Amino acid sequence: MADPILTLSGVKTNIAQYHILQGVDLDVPRGQVTMLLGRNGVGKTTTLRSVIGLWRAHEGTILFDGEDITRRPTPAIARMGIGFVPEDMGIFSDLTVEENMTLAAVSGPVDSARLDWLFSVFPPLKTFWKGYAGTLSGGQKQMLCIARAMIEERKLYLIDEPTKGLAPAIISTMARALRELKAQGASILLVEQNFAVARALGDGAAVMDDGRIIWAGAMRELATDKDLQERLMGLSLEAS
Amino acid sequence: MTSSPDHLPTMARSSLSDRLAPYGPILILVLLVVFGFLAIPSMSSWLTLTVSGLAMGMMIFIMASGLTLVFGLMDVINFGHGAFVSVGAFVGVSFLLLLQHMTGAPSLLLNLTALLVAIIGAMLATGIMGWAFERVIVKPVYGAHLKQILVTMGGLIVVEQLIIVLWGPEEIYITRPEALKGAITFAGAALEKYRLVAVGIGLVIFLLMRWILRHTKIGLIVRAGVENGEMVEALGYRLRLVFVGVFMAGSALAGLGGVLWGLYQEVITAHMGNEVMILIFIVVIIGGLGSVEGCFIGALLVGLLQNYVAFLEPKVALISNIGLMVAILMWRPMGMIPVVKAK
Repeated sequence: MADPILTLSGVKTNIAQYHILQGVDLDVPRGQVTMLLGRNGVGKTTTLRSVIGLWRAHEGTILFDGEDITRRPTPAIARMGIGFVPEDMGIFSDLTVEENMTLAAVSGPVDSARLDWLFSVFPPLKTFWKGYAGTLSGGQKQMLCIARAMIEERKLYLIDEPTKGLAPAIISTMARALRELKAQGASILLVEQNFAVARALGDGAAVMDDGRIIWAGAMRELATDKDLQERLMGLSLEAS
Repeated sequence: MTSSPDHLPTMARSSLSDRLAPYGPILILVLLVVFGFLAIPSMSSWLTLTVSGLAMGMMIFIMASGLTLVFGLMDVINFGHGAFVSVGAFVGVSFLLLLQHMTGAPSLLLNLTALLVAIIGAMLATGIMGWAFERVIVKPVYGAHLKQILVTMGGLIVVEQLIIVLWGPEEIYITRPEALKGAITFAGAALEKYRLVAVGIGLVIFLLMRWILRHTKIGLIVRAGVENGEMVEALGYRLRLVFVGVFMAGSALAGLGGVLWGLYQEVITAHMGNEVMILIFIVVIIGGLGSVEGCFIGALLVGLLQNYVAFLEPKVALISNIGLMVAILMWRPMGMIPVVKAK
Protein backbone atom coordinates (compact mmCIF):
# COMPACT_ATOMS: atom_id res chain seq x y z
CA MET A 1 0.00 0.00 0.00
CA ALA A 2 1.23 3.51 -0.88
CA ASP A 3 2.16 5.69 2.07
CA PRO A 4 -0.90 7.52 3.39
CA ILE A 5 -1.27 11.22 2.71
CA LEU A 6 -4.08 11.37 5.26
CA THR A 7 -4.46 9.31 8.41
CA LEU A 8 -7.36 9.49 10.83
CA SER A 9 -6.86 7.72 14.14
CA GLY A 10 -9.71 7.30 16.59
CA VAL A 11 -11.42 10.48 15.42
CA LYS A 12 -14.54 11.38 17.34
CA THR A 13 -16.68 14.36 16.37
CA ASN A 14 -19.79 15.61 18.11
CA ILE A 15 -22.36 17.95 16.61
CA ALA A 16 -24.35 19.49 19.46
CA GLN A 17 -25.36 16.54 21.65
CA TYR A 18 -24.99 13.99 18.86
CA HIS A 19 -21.94 11.73 18.72
CA ILE A 20 -21.53 11.48 14.96
CA LEU A 21 -18.03 10.07 14.57
CA GLN A 22 -17.28 7.46 17.17
CA GLY A 23 -13.65 6.61 16.49
CA VAL A 24 -12.84 6.76 12.78
CA ASP A 25 -9.61 5.05 11.70
CA LEU A 26 -8.79 5.64 8.07
CA ASP A 27 -5.76 5.80 5.78
CA VAL A 28 -5.96 7.60 2.42
CA PRO A 29 -3.03 6.41 0.27
CA ARG A 30 -1.07 9.00 -1.70
CA GLY A 31 -1.95 9.24 -5.38
CA GLN A 32 -5.03 7.05 -5.11
CA VAL A 33 -8.78 7.48 -5.09
CA THR A 34 -10.32 6.26 -1.84
CA MET A 35 -14.07 5.86 -1.84
CA LEU A 36 -15.91 6.51 1.41
CA LEU A 37 -19.08 4.47 1.27
CA GLY A 38 -22.00 3.76 3.53
CA ARG A 39 -25.66 4.46 4.09
CA ASN A 40 -27.01 7.95 4.67
CA GLY A 41 -26.29 9.37 8.11
CA VAL A 42 -23.35 7.15 9.04
CA GLY A 43 -20.82 10.00 9.22
CA LYS A 44 -19.25 10.30 5.75
CA THR A 45 -19.82 14.05 5.41
CA THR A 46 -18.79 14.60 9.03
CA THR A 47 -15.54 12.78 8.33
CA LEU A 48 -14.70 15.12 5.44
CA ARG A 49 -15.71 18.21 7.41
CA SER A 50 -13.64 17.06 10.38
CA VAL A 51 -10.59 16.70 8.14
CA ILE A 52 -10.94 20.23 6.73
CA GLY A 53 -11.67 21.54 10.24
CA LEU A 54 -15.17 22.86 9.67
CA TRP A 55 -16.34 20.57 12.45
CA ARG A 56 -13.76 20.06 15.14
CA ALA A 57 -12.74 16.54 16.11
CA HIS A 58 -12.75 16.46 19.89
CA GLU A 59 -10.80 13.22 20.16
CA GLY A 60 -8.28 11.39 18.03
CA THR A 61 -5.72 12.72 15.57
CA ILE A 62 -5.75 13.68 11.92
CA LEU A 63 -2.40 13.59 10.16
CA PHE A 64 -2.02 15.20 6.74
CA ASP A 65 1.24 14.77 4.89
CA GLY A 66 2.85 13.80 8.18
CA GLU A 67 1.60 16.85 10.11
CA ASP A 68 -1.00 16.88 12.84
CA ILE A 69 -3.87 19.08 11.62
CA THR A 70 -6.43 18.09 14.26
CA ARG A 71 -6.45 21.48 16.01
CA ARG A 72 -5.49 23.72 13.10
CA PRO A 73 -7.94 26.30 11.79
CA THR A 74 -9.71 25.56 8.50
CA PRO A 75 -7.84 28.16 6.37
CA ALA A 76 -4.47 26.79 7.52
CA ILE A 77 -5.53 23.23 6.66
CA ALA A 78 -6.81 24.30 3.24
CA ARG A 79 -3.57 26.14 2.49
CA MET A 80 -1.58 23.00 3.18
CA GLY A 81 -3.03 21.73 -0.09
CA ILE A 82 -6.50 20.34 0.50
CA GLY A 83 -9.31 21.09 -1.92
CA PHE A 84 -12.80 20.69 -0.50
CA VAL A 85 -16.01 20.13 -2.48
CA PRO A 86 -18.92 20.17 -0.02
CA GLU A 87 -22.16 18.29 -0.49
CA ASP A 88 -24.14 21.52 -0.84
CA MET A 89 -21.54 22.75 -3.37
CA GLY A 90 -20.89 26.02 -1.51
CA ILE A 91 -21.16 28.05 -4.69
CA PHE A 92 -21.09 31.84 -4.28
CA SER A 93 -24.31 32.63 -6.13
CA ASP A 94 -23.83 36.39 -6.12
CA LEU A 95 -20.40 36.08 -7.71
CA THR A 96 -19.82 35.31 -11.38
CA VAL A 97 -18.25 32.05 -12.51
CA GLU A 98 -15.07 34.01 -13.16
CA GLU A 99 -15.11 35.50 -9.66
CA ASN A 100 -15.74 32.09 -8.09
CA MET A 101 -12.68 30.72 -9.89
CA THR A 102 -10.53 33.77 -9.16
CA LEU A 103 -11.35 33.46 -5.49
CA ALA A 104 -10.45 29.77 -5.49
CA ALA A 105 -6.98 30.54 -6.84
CA VAL A 106 -5.67 31.26 -3.35
CA SER A 107 -1.98 31.48 -4.12
CA GLY A 108 -2.16 34.00 -6.97
CA PRO A 109 -3.71 34.73 -10.35
CA VAL A 110 -5.56 31.97 -12.20
CA ASP A 111 -3.16 29.84 -14.25
CA SER A 112 -4.41 30.17 -17.83
CA ALA A 113 -3.17 26.75 -18.97
CA ARG A 114 -4.95 25.05 -16.10
CA LEU A 115 -8.05 27.10 -16.81
CA ASP A 116 -8.00 25.99 -20.45
CA TRP A 117 -7.80 22.40 -19.27
CA LEU A 118 -10.77 22.95 -16.96
CA PHE A 119 -12.71 24.54 -19.83
CA SER A 120 -12.02 21.42 -21.89
CA VAL A 121 -13.35 19.25 -19.07
CA PHE A 122 -16.28 21.51 -18.20
CA PRO A 123 -17.23 23.47 -21.36
CA PRO A 124 -20.28 25.19 -19.78
CA LEU A 125 -17.97 27.11 -17.46
CA LYS A 126 -16.47 28.89 -20.46
CA THR A 127 -19.93 29.58 -21.89
CA PHE A 128 -21.17 31.11 -18.65
CA TRP A 129 -17.83 32.64 -17.56
CA LYS A 130 -19.25 36.12 -17.00
CA GLY A 131 -22.62 34.93 -15.70
CA TYR A 132 -23.66 34.80 -12.07
CA ALA A 133 -23.14 31.39 -10.50
CA GLY A 134 -26.62 31.55 -9.01
CA THR A 135 -28.13 31.37 -12.48
CA LEU A 136 -26.40 28.08 -13.40
CA SER A 137 -28.22 24.77 -13.49
CA GLY A 138 -27.57 22.19 -10.77
CA GLY A 139 -25.11 20.27 -12.93
CA GLN A 140 -23.28 23.40 -13.97
CA LYS A 141 -23.02 24.48 -10.33
CA GLN A 142 -21.50 21.11 -9.48
CA MET A 143 -19.03 21.52 -12.35
CA LEU A 144 -18.09 24.94 -11.03
CA CYS A 145 -17.69 23.58 -7.53
CA ILE A 146 -15.31 20.83 -8.64
CA ALA A 147 -13.47 23.11 -11.06
CA ARG A 148 -13.01 25.58 -8.22
CA ALA A 149 -11.26 22.92 -6.16
CA MET A 150 -9.16 21.96 -9.19
CA ILE A 151 -8.10 25.47 -10.24
CA GLU A 152 -4.89 24.97 -8.32
CA GLU A 153 -3.00 21.74 -7.84
CA ARG A 154 -3.79 20.30 -4.42
CA LYS A 155 -2.24 17.38 -2.61
CA LEU A 156 -5.61 16.01 -1.54
CA TYR A 157 -9.18 16.51 -2.68
CA LEU A 158 -12.10 15.93 -0.33
CA ILE A 159 -15.17 15.54 -2.51
CA ASP A 160 -18.64 14.96 -1.09
CA GLU A 161 -21.19 13.31 -3.38
CA PRO A 162 -20.32 15.10 -6.63
CA THR A 163 -22.88 13.20 -8.71
CA LYS A 164 -25.85 13.58 -6.38
CA GLY A 165 -29.02 14.38 -8.27
CA LEU A 166 -27.29 14.89 -11.61
CA ALA A 167 -28.30 13.71 -15.09
CA PRO A 168 -26.30 10.80 -16.58
CA ALA A 169 -24.49 13.04 -19.08
CA ILE A 170 -23.31 15.32 -16.29
CA ILE A 171 -22.29 12.35 -14.15
CA SER A 172 -20.12 11.19 -17.05
CA THR A 173 -18.48 14.60 -17.14
CA MET A 174 -17.81 14.46 -13.42
CA ALA A 175 -16.35 10.98 -13.69
CA ARG A 176 -14.11 12.09 -16.54
CA ALA A 177 -12.90 15.08 -14.54
CA LEU A 178 -12.10 12.92 -11.55
CA ARG A 179 -10.37 10.38 -13.75
CA GLU A 180 -8.18 13.12 -15.25
CA LEU A 181 -7.40 14.37 -11.77
CA LYS A 182 -6.46 10.85 -10.74
CA ALA A 183 -4.25 10.49 -13.81
CA GLN A 184 -2.33 13.56 -12.64
CA GLY A 185 -1.47 11.70 -9.46
CA ALA A 186 -3.87 13.50 -7.12
CA SER A 187 -5.02 11.87 -3.92
CA ILE A 188 -8.79 11.89 -3.55
CA LEU A 189 -11.12 10.99 -0.71
CA LEU A 190 -14.48 10.70 -2.38
CA VAL A 191 -17.88 10.21 -0.80
CA GLU A 192 -20.09 8.69 -3.46
CA GLN A 193 -23.48 6.98 -3.45
CA ASN A 194 -23.37 6.10 -7.14
CA PHE A 195 -21.74 2.68 -7.04
CA ALA A 196 -21.07 2.56 -10.75
CA VAL A 197 -18.99 5.72 -10.41
CA ALA A 198 -17.41 4.43 -7.20
CA ARG A 199 -16.40 1.17 -8.84
CA ALA A 200 -15.03 2.91 -11.93
CA LEU A 201 -12.92 5.44 -10.03
CA GLY A 202 -11.97 3.90 -6.73
CA ASP A 203 -8.65 2.29 -5.99
CA GLY A 204 -9.51 1.73 -2.38
CA ALA A 205 -12.72 1.84 -0.40
CA ALA A 206 -13.75 2.33 3.18
CA VAL A 207 -17.23 1.52 4.39
CA MET A 208 -18.72 3.40 7.32
CA ASP A 209 -21.47 2.50 9.71
CA ASP A 210 -22.51 4.16 12.97
CA GLY A 211 -19.68 6.65 12.89
CA ARG A 212 -16.90 4.10 12.38
CA ILE A 213 -15.03 2.50 9.50
CA ILE A 214 -16.25 -1.08 9.45
CA TRP A 215 -14.27 -2.26 6.44
CA ALA A 216 -11.37 -0.93 4.37
CA GLY A 217 -9.63 -2.54 1.44
CA ALA A 218 -9.31 -2.57 -2.31
CA MET A 219 -12.31 -1.34 -4.31
CA ARG A 220 -11.80 -4.28 -6.64
CA GLU A 221 -12.34 -6.68 -3.76
CA LEU A 222 -15.54 -4.96 -2.65
CA ALA A 223 -16.85 -4.63 -6.20
CA THR A 224 -16.52 -8.34 -6.93
CA ASP A 225 -17.71 -9.74 -3.62
CA LYS A 226 -21.49 -9.58 -3.47
CA ASP A 227 -21.63 -11.20 -0.07
CA LEU A 228 -19.31 -8.56 1.31
CA GLN A 229 -21.44 -5.79 -0.19
CA GLU A 230 -24.60 -7.31 1.28
CA ARG A 231 -22.97 -7.68 4.66
CA LEU A 232 -21.46 -4.18 4.78
CA MET A 233 -24.10 -2.08 3.13
CA GLY A 234 -27.14 -4.27 2.86
CA LEU A 235 -27.12 -4.11 -0.94
CA SER A 236 -25.22 -5.29 -3.95
CA LEU A 237 -23.19 -3.08 -6.30
CA GLU A 238 -24.52 -5.12 -9.17
CA ALA A 239 -28.01 -4.06 -8.30
CA SER A 240 -27.24 -0.36 -8.58
CA MET B 1 -17.88 8.82 -23.00
CA THR B 2 -20.71 11.26 -23.28
CA SER B 3 -19.63 14.83 -22.81
CA SER B 4 -21.67 17.33 -20.92
CA PRO B 5 -24.07 19.47 -22.93
CA ASP B 6 -22.36 22.64 -24.12
CA HIS B 7 -25.34 24.55 -25.37
CA LEU B 8 -26.94 27.76 -24.33
CA PRO B 9 -30.29 26.70 -22.97
CA THR B 10 -33.44 28.05 -24.57
CA MET B 11 -35.49 29.82 -21.95
CA ALA B 12 -38.97 31.26 -21.94
CA ARG B 13 -39.07 35.05 -21.86
CA SER B 14 -39.43 36.10 -18.26
CA SER B 15 -42.32 38.29 -17.20
CA LEU B 16 -42.04 42.06 -17.00
CA SER B 17 -42.09 41.98 -13.21
CA ASP B 18 -39.24 39.45 -13.14
CA ARG B 19 -37.20 41.56 -15.53
CA LEU B 20 -37.83 44.70 -13.50
CA ALA B 21 -37.16 43.00 -10.14
CA PRO B 22 -33.40 43.76 -10.00
CA TYR B 23 -34.13 47.42 -10.73
CA GLY B 24 -36.98 47.63 -8.21
CA PRO B 25 -35.02 49.51 -5.52
CA ILE B 26 -33.74 52.11 -8.00
CA LEU B 27 -37.23 52.49 -9.45
CA ILE B 28 -38.59 53.20 -5.97
CA LEU B 29 -35.96 55.87 -5.51
CA VAL B 30 -36.86 57.47 -8.83
CA LEU B 31 -40.57 57.23 -8.03
CA LEU B 32 -39.99 58.91 -4.68
CA VAL B 33 -38.17 61.81 -6.34
CA VAL B 34 -40.97 62.10 -8.92
CA PHE B 35 -43.55 61.97 -6.13
CA GLY B 36 -41.73 64.79 -4.37
CA PHE B 37 -41.64 66.78 -7.57
CA LEU B 38 -45.39 66.38 -8.07
CA ALA B 39 -46.37 66.86 -4.42
CA ILE B 40 -44.20 69.87 -3.60
CA PRO B 41 -45.73 72.94 -5.17
CA SER B 42 -42.56 74.92 -5.77
CA MET B 43 -39.74 73.69 -8.01
CA SER B 44 -37.12 75.54 -5.94
CA SER B 45 -38.42 73.98 -2.70
CA TRP B 46 -38.32 70.55 -4.30
CA LEU B 47 -34.74 71.07 -5.44
CA THR B 48 -33.64 72.30 -2.01
CA LEU B 49 -35.36 69.41 -0.25
CA THR B 50 -33.95 66.88 -2.72
CA VAL B 51 -30.37 68.05 -2.20
CA SER B 52 -30.95 68.12 1.55
CA GLY B 53 -32.40 64.60 1.43
CA LEU B 54 -29.53 63.31 -0.68
CA ALA B 55 -26.98 64.88 1.70
CA MET B 56 -28.69 63.35 4.71
CA GLY B 57 -28.92 60.01 2.92
CA MET B 58 -25.24 60.04 1.97
CA MET B 59 -24.20 60.71 5.55
CA ILE B 60 -26.42 57.92 6.86
CA PHE B 61 -24.99 55.63 4.18
CA ILE B 62 -21.43 56.40 5.27
CA MET B 63 -22.33 55.61 8.87
CA ALA B 64 -24.35 52.48 8.03
CA SER B 65 -22.17 50.87 5.34
CA GLY B 66 -19.72 49.39 7.83
CA LEU B 67 -22.50 47.99 9.99
CA THR B 68 -24.16 46.14 7.12
CA LEU B 69 -20.86 44.48 6.14
CA VAL B 70 -20.08 43.56 9.73
CA PHE B 71 -23.47 41.90 10.09
CA GLY B 72 -23.30 40.22 6.71
CA LEU B 73 -19.76 38.96 7.09
CA MET B 74 -19.73 37.61 10.61
CA ASP B 75 -23.37 37.67 11.70
CA VAL B 76 -22.47 40.21 14.38
CA ILE B 77 -25.16 42.61 15.60
CA ASN B 78 -23.28 45.67 16.79
CA PHE B 79 -25.52 48.01 18.77
CA GLY B 80 -22.40 49.92 19.75
CA HIS B 81 -21.80 51.20 16.22
CA GLY B 82 -23.12 54.61 17.26
CA ALA B 83 -20.13 54.99 19.59
CA PHE B 84 -17.87 55.39 16.56
CA VAL B 85 -20.16 58.09 15.19
CA SER B 86 -19.92 60.07 18.44
CA VAL B 87 -16.17 59.59 18.87
CA GLY B 88 -15.58 60.48 15.21
CA ALA B 89 -17.56 63.68 15.65
CA PHE B 90 -15.71 64.71 18.80
CA VAL B 91 -12.26 63.92 17.45
CA GLY B 92 -13.04 65.62 14.12
CA VAL B 93 -14.47 68.70 15.78
CA SER B 94 -11.46 68.86 18.11
CA PHE B 95 -9.21 69.00 15.06
CA LEU B 96 -11.42 71.67 13.49
CA LEU B 97 -11.21 73.74 16.68
CA LEU B 98 -7.44 73.35 16.68
CA LEU B 99 -7.35 74.46 13.06
CA GLN B 100 -9.65 77.44 13.55
CA HIS B 101 -7.19 79.70 11.75
CA MET B 102 -7.75 77.53 8.67
CA THR B 103 -11.49 77.00 9.01
CA GLY B 104 -12.03 80.71 9.64
CA ALA B 105 -10.01 81.84 6.64
CA PRO B 106 -11.96 82.82 3.54
CA SER B 107 -10.16 80.22 1.45
CA LEU B 108 -11.84 77.10 0.10
CA LEU B 109 -8.49 75.31 -0.12
CA LEU B 110 -7.60 76.01 3.53
CA ASN B 111 -11.12 75.11 4.66
CA LEU B 112 -11.12 71.81 2.79
CA THR B 113 -7.60 71.02 4.04
CA ALA B 114 -8.74 71.55 7.62
CA LEU B 115 -11.81 69.38 6.96
CA LEU B 116 -9.61 66.69 5.43
CA VAL B 117 -7.29 66.72 8.47
CA ALA B 118 -10.31 66.45 10.77
CA ILE B 119 -11.73 63.57 8.74
CA ILE B 120 -8.43 61.68 8.66
CA GLY B 121 -7.93 62.20 12.39
CA ALA B 122 -11.47 61.02 13.16
CA MET B 123 -11.15 57.98 10.89
CA LEU B 124 -7.80 56.98 12.40
CA ALA B 125 -9.13 57.33 15.93
CA THR B 126 -12.32 55.38 15.25
CA GLY B 127 -10.50 52.77 13.15
CA ILE B 128 -8.13 52.02 16.06
CA MET B 129 -11.04 52.12 18.46
CA GLY B 130 -12.88 49.68 16.19
CA TRP B 131 -9.96 47.28 16.41
CA ALA B 132 -10.00 47.44 20.22
CA PHE B 133 -13.81 47.17 20.33
CA GLU B 134 -13.74 44.04 18.16
CA ARG B 135 -10.95 42.37 20.12
CA VAL B 136 -12.28 43.18 23.59
CA ILE B 137 -16.06 43.34 23.22
CA VAL B 138 -17.18 41.53 20.07
CA LYS B 139 -14.72 38.63 19.80
CA PRO B 140 -15.83 36.86 23.00
CA VAL B 141 -19.47 36.77 21.84
CA TYR B 142 -19.24 35.47 18.27
CA GLY B 143 -22.32 33.41 17.41
CA ALA B 144 -24.39 34.60 20.40
CA HIS B 145 -26.79 37.30 19.22
CA LEU B 146 -28.35 38.14 22.57
CA LYS B 147 -24.95 38.52 24.21
CA GLN B 148 -23.81 40.65 21.26
CA ILE B 149 -26.73 43.04 21.72
CA LEU B 150 -26.15 43.34 25.46
CA VAL B 151 -22.38 43.65 25.38
CA THR B 152 -22.22 46.07 22.44
CA MET B 153 -24.89 48.28 24.04
CA GLY B 154 -22.76 48.20 27.18
CA GLY B 155 -19.76 49.20 25.11
CA LEU B 156 -21.73 52.12 23.67
CA ILE B 157 -22.64 53.37 27.14
CA VAL B 158 -19.04 53.11 28.32
CA VAL B 159 -17.78 55.05 25.29
CA GLU B 160 -20.44 57.75 25.76
CA GLN B 161 -19.35 58.18 29.36
CA LEU B 162 -15.71 58.36 28.31
CA ILE B 163 -16.62 61.13 25.86
CA ILE B 164 -18.29 63.02 28.70
CA VAL B 165 -15.19 62.54 30.85
CA LEU B 166 -12.86 63.78 28.08
CA TRP B 167 -14.93 66.54 26.47
CA GLY B 168 -17.42 67.40 29.19
CA PRO B 169 -21.19 66.85 29.44
CA GLU B 170 -22.23 69.96 27.50
CA GLU B 171 -23.26 70.07 23.87
CA ILE B 172 -20.58 71.56 21.67
CA TYR B 173 -21.81 74.00 19.07
CA ILE B 174 -19.70 74.25 15.96
CA THR B 175 -19.60 76.46 12.96
CA ARG B 176 -18.84 75.13 9.52
CA PRO B 177 -15.67 76.19 7.71
CA GLU B 178 -16.05 79.66 6.23
CA ALA B 179 -16.24 78.64 2.58
CA LEU B 180 -18.84 75.96 3.35
CA LYS B 181 -21.25 78.38 4.97
CA GLY B 182 -24.17 79.76 3.07
CA ALA B 183 -25.77 78.56 -0.12
CA ILE B 184 -25.51 78.80 -3.83
CA THR B 185 -28.53 79.59 -5.95
CA PHE B 186 -29.46 77.20 -8.71
CA ALA B 187 -32.68 77.35 -10.71
CA GLY B 188 -34.12 79.65 -8.05
CA ALA B 189 -33.33 77.19 -5.26
CA ALA B 190 -30.91 77.87 -2.39
CA LEU B 191 -28.59 74.86 -2.14
CA GLU B 192 -26.44 74.77 0.99
CA LYS B 193 -22.78 74.44 0.04
CA TYR B 194 -22.07 72.06 2.89
CA ARG B 195 -24.83 69.69 1.77
CA LEU B 196 -23.40 69.63 -1.74
CA VAL B 197 -19.98 68.75 -0.28
CA ALA B 198 -21.62 65.98 1.81
CA VAL B 199 -23.31 64.60 -1.32
CA GLY B 200 -19.95 64.62 -3.11
CA ILE B 201 -18.12 62.87 -0.26
CA GLY B 202 -20.88 60.27 0.08
CA LEU B 203 -20.83 59.55 -3.63
CA VAL B 204 -17.05 59.17 -3.65
CA ILE B 205 -17.18 56.79 -0.66
CA PHE B 206 -19.92 54.70 -2.30
CA LEU B 207 -18.09 54.44 -5.62
CA LEU B 208 -14.82 53.61 -3.86
CA MET B 209 -16.45 50.89 -1.76
CA ARG B 210 -18.19 49.49 -4.81
CA TRP B 211 -14.93 49.45 -6.77
CA ILE B 212 -13.08 47.70 -3.94
CA LEU B 213 -15.85 45.14 -3.53
CA ARG B 214 -16.16 44.46 -7.26
CA HIS B 215 -12.60 44.72 -8.54
CA THR B 216 -10.19 43.62 -5.84
CA LYS B 217 -9.43 40.25 -4.30
CA ILE B 218 -10.19 41.50 -0.81
CA GLY B 219 -13.54 42.73 -2.13
CA LEU B 220 -14.21 39.29 -3.59
CA ILE B 221 -13.39 37.68 -0.24
CA VAL B 222 -15.74 40.06 1.58
CA ARG B 223 -18.60 39.50 -0.88
CA ALA B 224 -18.12 35.74 -0.80
CA GLY B 225 -17.75 35.81 2.98
CA VAL B 226 -21.06 37.62 3.36
CA GLU B 227 -22.72 34.85 1.34
CA ASN B 228 -20.95 31.77 2.71
CA GLY B 229 -18.14 32.40 5.18
CA GLU B 230 -17.54 28.72 5.85
CA MET B 231 -16.69 28.05 2.22
CA VAL B 232 -14.36 31.04 2.07
CA GLU B 233 -12.44 29.57 5.00
CA ALA B 234 -12.40 26.14 3.32
CA LEU B 235 -10.74 27.80 0.32
CA GLY B 236 -7.93 28.98 2.60
CA TYR B 237 -8.81 32.55 3.55
CA ARG B 238 -8.64 33.69 7.17
CA LEU B 239 -12.07 35.27 7.34
CA ARG B 240 -11.64 36.36 10.97
CA LEU B 241 -8.72 38.53 9.91
CA VAL B 242 -10.75 39.96 7.04
CA PHE B 243 -13.56 40.62 9.47
CA VAL B 244 -11.29 42.58 11.81
CA GLY B 245 -10.24 44.68 8.81
CA VAL B 246 -13.85 45.25 7.78
CA PHE B 247 -14.79 46.12 11.36
CA MET B 248 -12.01 48.69 11.52
CA ALA B 249 -12.95 50.13 8.12
CA GLY B 250 -16.63 50.22 9.13
CA SER B 251 -15.74 51.98 12.39
CA ALA B 252 -13.58 54.49 10.52
CA LEU B 253 -16.44 55.19 8.11
CA ALA B 254 -18.79 55.69 11.05
CA GLY B 255 -16.23 58.17 12.40
CA LEU B 256 -16.22 59.99 9.07
CA GLY B 257 -20.02 59.99 9.14
CA GLY B 258 -19.86 61.43 12.65
CA VAL B 259 -17.75 64.39 11.51
CA LEU B 260 -20.08 65.08 8.59
CA TRP B 261 -23.21 64.60 10.72
CA GLY B 262 -21.86 66.90 13.43
CA LEU B 263 -21.14 69.65 10.92
CA TYR B 264 -24.57 69.05 9.35
CA GLN B 265 -26.36 69.45 12.71
CA GLU B 266 -23.85 72.12 13.86
CA VAL B 267 -23.91 70.61 17.33
CA ILE B 268 -22.40 67.47 18.80
CA THR B 269 -23.25 65.47 21.91
CA ALA B 270 -21.99 62.24 23.43
CA HIS B 271 -25.33 60.63 22.56
CA MET B 272 -25.50 61.72 18.92
CA GLY B 273 -24.36 58.30 17.68
CA ASN B 274 -26.97 56.53 19.73
CA GLU B 275 -29.64 58.91 18.43
CA VAL B 276 -28.79 58.30 14.80
CA MET B 277 -28.64 54.51 15.26
CA ILE B 278 -32.36 54.12 14.63
CA LEU B 279 -31.92 55.59 11.14
CA ILE B 280 -28.82 53.45 10.59
CA PHE B 281 -30.67 50.27 11.55
CA ILE B 282 -33.62 51.16 9.32
CA VAL B 283 -31.23 51.66 6.40
CA VAL B 284 -29.35 48.41 7.05
CA ILE B 285 -32.59 46.43 7.34
CA ILE B 286 -34.38 47.84 4.32
CA GLY B 287 -31.24 47.69 2.20
CA GLY B 288 -30.73 43.99 2.89
CA LEU B 289 -28.19 42.78 5.43
CA GLY B 290 -24.71 42.70 3.95
CA SER B 291 -25.57 44.71 0.84
CA VAL B 292 -23.62 47.92 0.28
CA GLU B 293 -25.75 48.82 -2.75
CA GLY B 294 -28.94 48.17 -0.78
CA CYS B 295 -27.59 50.25 2.08
CA PHE B 296 -26.85 53.11 -0.32
CA ILE B 297 -30.31 53.11 -1.91
CA GLY B 298 -31.97 52.62 1.48
CA ALA B 299 -30.09 55.58 2.94
CA LEU B 300 -31.13 57.83 0.04
CA LEU B 301 -34.75 56.70 0.43
CA VAL B 302 -34.68 57.51 4.14
CA GLY B 303 -33.05 60.89 3.60
CA LEU B 304 -35.36 61.97 0.80
CA LEU B 305 -38.55 60.69 2.43
CA GLN B 306 -37.77 62.39 5.72
CA ASN B 307 -37.16 65.73 4.00
CA TYR B 308 -40.19 65.54 1.70
CA VAL B 309 -42.56 64.45 4.46
CA ALA B 310 -41.20 67.00 6.94
CA PHE B 311 -42.08 69.68 4.38
CA LEU B 312 -45.45 68.29 3.31
CA GLU B 313 -46.77 66.95 6.62
CA PRO B 314 -44.40 67.69 9.53
CA LYS B 315 -46.36 65.60 12.04
CA VAL B 316 -45.96 62.48 9.90
CA ALA B 317 -42.20 62.94 9.54
CA LEU B 318 -41.50 61.13 12.80
CA ILE B 319 -43.05 57.89 11.60
CA SER B 320 -42.27 58.19 7.89
CA ASN B 321 -39.12 56.07 8.04
CA ILE B 322 -40.68 53.38 10.19
CA GLY B 323 -43.54 53.32 7.65
CA LEU B 324 -41.00 53.03 4.85
CA MET B 325 -39.34 50.09 6.59
CA VAL B 326 -42.67 48.31 7.11
CA ALA B 327 -43.60 48.83 3.44
CA ILE B 328 -40.23 47.62 2.15
CA LEU B 329 -40.25 44.54 4.38
CA MET B 330 -43.78 43.65 3.27
CA TRP B 331 -42.53 43.84 -0.32
CA ARG B 332 -39.16 42.17 0.25
CA PRO B 333 -38.89 40.57 3.70
CA MET B 334 -35.11 40.16 3.40
CA GLY B 335 -34.60 43.78 2.37
CA MET B 336 -34.33 45.36 -1.06
CA ILE B 337 -31.10 43.65 -2.12
CA PRO B 338 -30.76 40.57 0.06
CA VAL B 339 -27.25 39.17 0.19
CA VAL B 340 -27.16 37.05 3.32
CA LYS B 341 -28.91 33.82 2.34
CA ALA B 342 -26.63 31.05 3.43
CA LYS B 343 -26.73 31.72 7.16
